[in-house]
Amino acid sequence: MSGQPLVACEGVTKLYRMGAHEVAAVRDVTLTIGAGEYVAVMGPSGSGKSTFMNLVGALDVPTVGTISIAGRALNELDGDALASLRNRTIGFVFQQFNLLSRTSALGNVMLPLDYSGLTRAEAEVRARATLVRVGLGERMSHGPSELSGGQQQRVAIARAIVNEPQILLADEPTGALDSATSEEIMTLFRELNRGGITVILITHEPDVAAHARRQIRFKDGRVVSDTGGA
Amino acid sequence: MKVGPHFRTALEALQLNLVRSMLTTLGVIIGVASLIVMVSIGAGAQSAIDKQIAALGSNMLQIQSGPGNMGGGRRDQVGSVQMLSDRDIRALRDQVPSIVAISGQINTTAPLVYGNANWTGRVEGVGAEYLEIRDWPIAAGRGLEPGDMTVGAKVAIVGQTVVRELFEGADPVGAELRIRNVPFTVVGVLEAKGQTGFGRDQDDVVLVPLAAARARLGARARSAPDAVGQIYVELGSSRDMLRAAEDIEAVLRARRQLSATDEAPFSIRNTAELIRTRTEAQATMAFLLGATSIISLIVGGIGIMNIMLVSVTERTREIGLRMAVGARKRDILIQFLIETVTLCVIGGLIGVAVGVGGSYLIAGFAEWPILLRADTVVLGITASVVVGVVFGLLPSRRAASLNPIDALRHE
Repeated sequence: MSGQPLVACEGVTKLYRMGAHEVAAVRDVTLTIGAGEYVAVMGPSGSGKSTFMNLVGALDVPTVGTISIAGRALNELDGDALASLRNRTIGFVFQQFNLLSRTSALGNVMLPLDYSGLTRAEAEVRARATLVRVGLGERMSHGPSELSGGQQQRVAIARAIVNEPQILLADEPTGALDSATSEEIMTLFRELNRGGITVILITHEPDVAAHARRQIRFKDGRVVSDTGGA
Repeated sequence: MKVGPHFRTALEALQLNLVRSMLTTLGVIIGVASLIVMVSIGAGAQSAIDKQIAALGSNMLQIQSGPGNMGGGRRDQVGSVQMLSDRDIRALRDQVPSIVAISGQINTTAPLVYGNANWTGRVEGVGAEYLEIRDWPIAAGRGLEPGDMTVGAKVAIVGQTVVRELFEGADPVGAELRIRNVPFTVVGVLEAKGQTGFGRDQDDVVLVPLAAARARLGARARSAPDAVGQIYVELGSSRDMLRAAEDIEAVLRARRQLSATDEAPFSIRNTAELIRTRTEAQATMAFLLGATSIISLIVGGIGIMNIMLVSVTERTREIGLRMAVGARKRDILIQFLIETVTLCVIGGLIGVAVGVGGSYLIAGFAEWPILLRADTVVLGITASVVVGVVFGLLPSRRAASLNPIDALRHE
C-alpha cells in the first residue's frame, strides 16, 4: 500500500446523547485503509462498527477527530461535496438491501446516476452493463418482490458499484441471506475486490470475515484487534 | 440542475398513489374551475357594460327637469319658469366652453302610420346635434340638419324597430310617415343601437326636429313654449365631466337666481357615472367570487401540503437511500417540489377543463354573457403552479432537511 491511504481516521470519536448522559459509540479510533484492501469489521452488537461504517461512508460526522477519504478531509467538505463523494467515491450495500420496492431492478441500479449528470440513455446503458456484471442480466425489468434475497442483494451491489466507486461499504450484506447465497455474494465481493475496489464489510460471522485479508475487531467503540495495516 | 429525472420520479410517485393523488388535487380542481368561471362571468359582464358605455357615449351629460332626488312624489313643474328651455341651451353654449355639442329633447308617444301598417312608438323632438352627441350613426339617408330646425320642416328619422314594424322591406327613405295624423317625410334611418342598460329598446324611436315636435305634435306647454324635457351635452373629453357638470349647474342656478343651498329643479346625470356605479357593483361581485376561488385554492393547497407531508414521512427511507447514493439536499427539495407542482398543475388542467365547460353551461342555462379569454386559462394554470410552489415548500424542505442516517433507519 504505497502512497496516501484511501481511508484515514485520526482520533475519531462519535458521541450520542441518550437522555441526560452521552454515550460514545466510537472512541478514539485511529487507523488507515489502503486502496485495494479487503477489510472485515467485526464485533458484537453495539460495539460501534456500524457507526464507524457510517462515519467512513460520509453519512455521519464524528464528534471529535478527522476522517479523510481519498485525501479529502470530510470535515472540510460542504453538504454538496459530501453528496458527490457518496455518489462517486463510495458505494453502500445494506443488510436489508434498501431497494425501492415498486421500481424495477434496472430502475434501482439507475438511481445513483440520477445525481451524476448522465443522460437517461447513458445511465441505462451503464446500469444494464452493471447488472450483467453481477449476474442479473436476465431479470432487469423485475421488481424486488419478484427477486430472491440473493438476487435483491445483487441488485443492491450493482447499485453500489454502478458509478465505479473506489470504496465499497457493506453493512452485514449476508445477514439476511442463507449460507449458500451468502457464499455467492461473498464470491462476488472477492471478484469486485480483485477488480480494484476497496471492500470494507461489517459482519459478525467468522467464515464471512475469513474472506477478507484484514480483520478489524471492535468492542465498546474501540478497536481491540487489527490483523493488518497500521 | 437537471429537472428531467426529478420530473420522471415525481410522475412515478404520483402514479403509485393515483387515487390519493386525484382526491388530493380536488381542492385545486375546484379552485381553478371556479376561478375560470368567475373570471369569465366577470369579463362577460364587463364587456356588456363597455358596450353600453360605448352605445351611450362616454362624454355625454344629460340634464333633466326635476330634482335629482327621484324618491317621493315628483312635483309637476310644467309651466313654471323652472323648466329647462331653449334659452338655457343658448346660455350653456355661450358660457360653458367645454361643451362641443348640445341639444334639447322632448319626448312623446304617438301613433305612427305608414300605408296600412300602424305602430305606437316613442317620438323624440331633438336638435341638429343630437345624433352627434349620442354617437349614433345613420344607416341610410341623412340625419337632422340645422336647416330642419324651422317650424315648417316635417322630416323624420326612424329607428330600426320602427322600420321593422312599419315598413316591412319597403325603403323608408322618402316615404310618408303619419305621426299623430301629421304627415312627415322620412329622410333617414338610424343604425341599430340595442337596449339601454335598463332594458328599453332604443331603436323603437322616431326623431323629428324640436320645432316640428312642438308645433305639429303638440309637445308644447302653453305657458312655456320653448321648454325641453332634457338637454343632452357632449363634452370635449370625458376628463372634463365633473368640472363641466359644476359649470352647467352654476349657469342654470344663476339663470334661476337660486342660491347654492336651494334645491335645484333639474338634475345632471352623467351616464358614464351611472354605468360606473353599476360597474362597481359588478366589481364587488367579481371580488367576492374571486375571493371564493382563492379560498378554495388555499384550502386545496393545504390539503396538498398535508398529503405531501404524509408522503415525506412514508418515504423517509427512500429519501435516506437517495441521500446515501449521492442526492444533495437540493435534489430532494426539487424532487418533492416538482412532485407537488405536478400534482397541482394536473389539478389545474382538470380545473381548466371543468371551468371552461362550466362557463359554457352557465352561459347556456343562465343566459349570462360570458367571455372566455386565453389569459384566463393561463391565469388558472399559473394559480395552480403558485399553489404547488407555496404549499410544496414546507414538505419539500422537511424532506431535504432529513439526516441520511436517521432517514435510513426510519421504519
